[in-house]
Amino acid sequence: MAIPKVMGTEIEYGITVKNDRDFDPISSCVLLVNAYREERAAKILWDYDQENPLADARGFQVDGEKYTPNQQENIARNKTLENGARYYVDHAHPEYSCPEVTNPRDLVVHEKAGERIVEISRREASALLPEGMEMLIHKNNSDHKGNSYGSHENYLMDRRTSFKQIVEHLMPFFVSRQVYSGAGKVGSENRGQRCDYQLSQRADFFETEVALDTMVKRPIINTRDEPHADREKYRRLHVIVGDANMSEYTIWLRQGTTAIVLSMIEDGAIGRDLSLRDPVRAIKDVSHDPSLGCAVELQNGKRLTAVQLQAEYLELAERYAAGRQLEPWAGEVLVEWARVLSALERDPLELADRIDWIAKRVMIESFMQRKGLDWDSPQVQMLDLQYHDLRPEKGLYYLLERQGQVRRIVTDAEITKAVTEPPEDTRAYFRGHCLKRYGDQVFGVNWDSISFGIGDEPIKRVLMAEPLKGSKAHVAELLLRSKDAAELVKNLRA
Amino acid sequence: MKRRIELSAHADASLIAWANMSESQQKQKGTGGGQGEGGAAAEGGKKLAKKGEALKEEMDALMDEIDEVLEENAEEFVKNYVQRGGE
Repeated sequence: MAIPKVMGTEIEYGITVKNDRDFDPISSCVLLVNAYREERAAKILWDYDQENPLADARGFQVDGEKYTPNQQENIARNKTLENGARYYVDHAHPEYSCPEVTNPRDLVVHEKAGERIVEISRREASALLPEGMEMLIHKNNSDHKGNSYGSHENYLMDRRTSFKQIVEHLMPFFVSRQVYSGAGKVGSENRGQRCDYQLSQRADFFETEVALDTMVKRPIINTRDEPHADREKYRRLHVIVGDANMSEYTIWLRQGTTAIVLSMIEDGAIGRDLSLRDPVRAIKDVSHDPSLGCAVELQNGKRLTAVQLQAEYLELAERYAAGRQLEPWAGEVLVEWARVLSALERDPLELADRIDWIAKRVMIESFMQRKGLDWDSPQVQMLDLQYHDLRPEKGLYYLLERQGQVRRIVTDAEITKAVTEPPEDTRAYFRGHCLKRYGDQVFGVNWDSISFGIGDEPIKRVLMAEPLKGSKAHVAELLLRSKDAAELVKNLRA
Repeated sequence: MKRRIELSAHADASLIAWANMSESQQKQKGTGGGQGEGGAAAEGGKKLAKKGEALKEEMDALMDEIDEVLEENAEEFVKNYVQRGGE
């Protein structure tokens, strides 16, 4: 039986300072992240002891320097938030990793809360800059000059599922899902073939099928094996192939379909060989063809379009769902998945109110038509960039949202709540509420641990190897009767 | 090499896409009862024309607003927008 698909996303944002000739991304990131003030987050360390980004899912350990900053640098670069998220500086980008959630809808709520948090700190940070300068943040994946940064999805998987199976069945799915998960991009880069507009921000950057790297020679399937949970039982599939999406519906569908396919892989329910002859080429070919007519070649010689490939997965998923009780959110995802695929076959423009690459394209083409612009115009590139701008008054996605032109999945009230409140049904609840209640005594945090500094005693580390434990149902009462961290640790031991 | 956009099939289709959207939104909002279906058919033509106009206005308003918020020095901004690779 497939295990529940606990999930989360890590979004790296583009950062720039307008009118700053000496713009330095790293110090700007530090300024940004520290401009976000949660009373207790100021002195808490990120616990690098628990990190191992060089473990490879294919079973080996890669040589290399593991990054461990000194204490001062650690605190300056890492903020663990009361909503259970991690907000930090990753190389030259601000990054927001949302807390663990159990379903695609909560994922939307928490990913969107991340946008709000980054925007709040952007405003605070901008106020500290010299007159005439403004910090700008974009939730996108490229600068259109060959530099890319990621938005990663994570899904909890059963350790017993072989990585080989995952690779085999996921590759064609990842190559084709961009027909609804792409964020859209004007032009191409990284020596990609010239095109006016393509489905994905990221497709141009994938150069290999399977590997551990994320920064160079990017693979369609990433092998990082860092479960942040009991490694005997779980793996965390680290998906780097996706785009940073603005549309709530797109985020929801992307998470939902991917999680269902992963469950099917765990249950051995993909009994069809959809392997592609050349996935690296196919992912670019599909992205570069907004008409969706391009067919890619399978190992068996057959040729299918990306929509047809997705339809194969959908058919298998519907059959899979018929025989069993899926997670409660899955039914709705299957219905919408089918709707989207048939609309893509019929006329993609029907989805201009919900799929990012289509919404962006319609907006750009309407503007081009009005102004008599062509695809090479800087204004057209600007429209692309500004679709992802986090300023509510300037961001073009937010403008469409305000005008009622895009479909919502969640409410503003839910998003606002998630800025300060963790999800209730995962260990993020325990993490967040420990910060709220015992923040002064929290010494360090990682996804699967939290440690307390109580007086002069040695640091007490509490492990959280089960992502679904530490939920409100499990620990609300325990937290209530532990008035400080010492009592909490005592009660945990009892 | 500049390629000017004509009033292409796509551009027209864009308008239709926005139109379809607004229509379905109107449906979603619902009318809370009232008029029966019978009268609607007779008024169909007129309503459609009116709706077309309304949509065009809505579209114009949206494009105006985009025009207003779009970064003024697009060329310079786009040129200077350089990020470091990440992940």
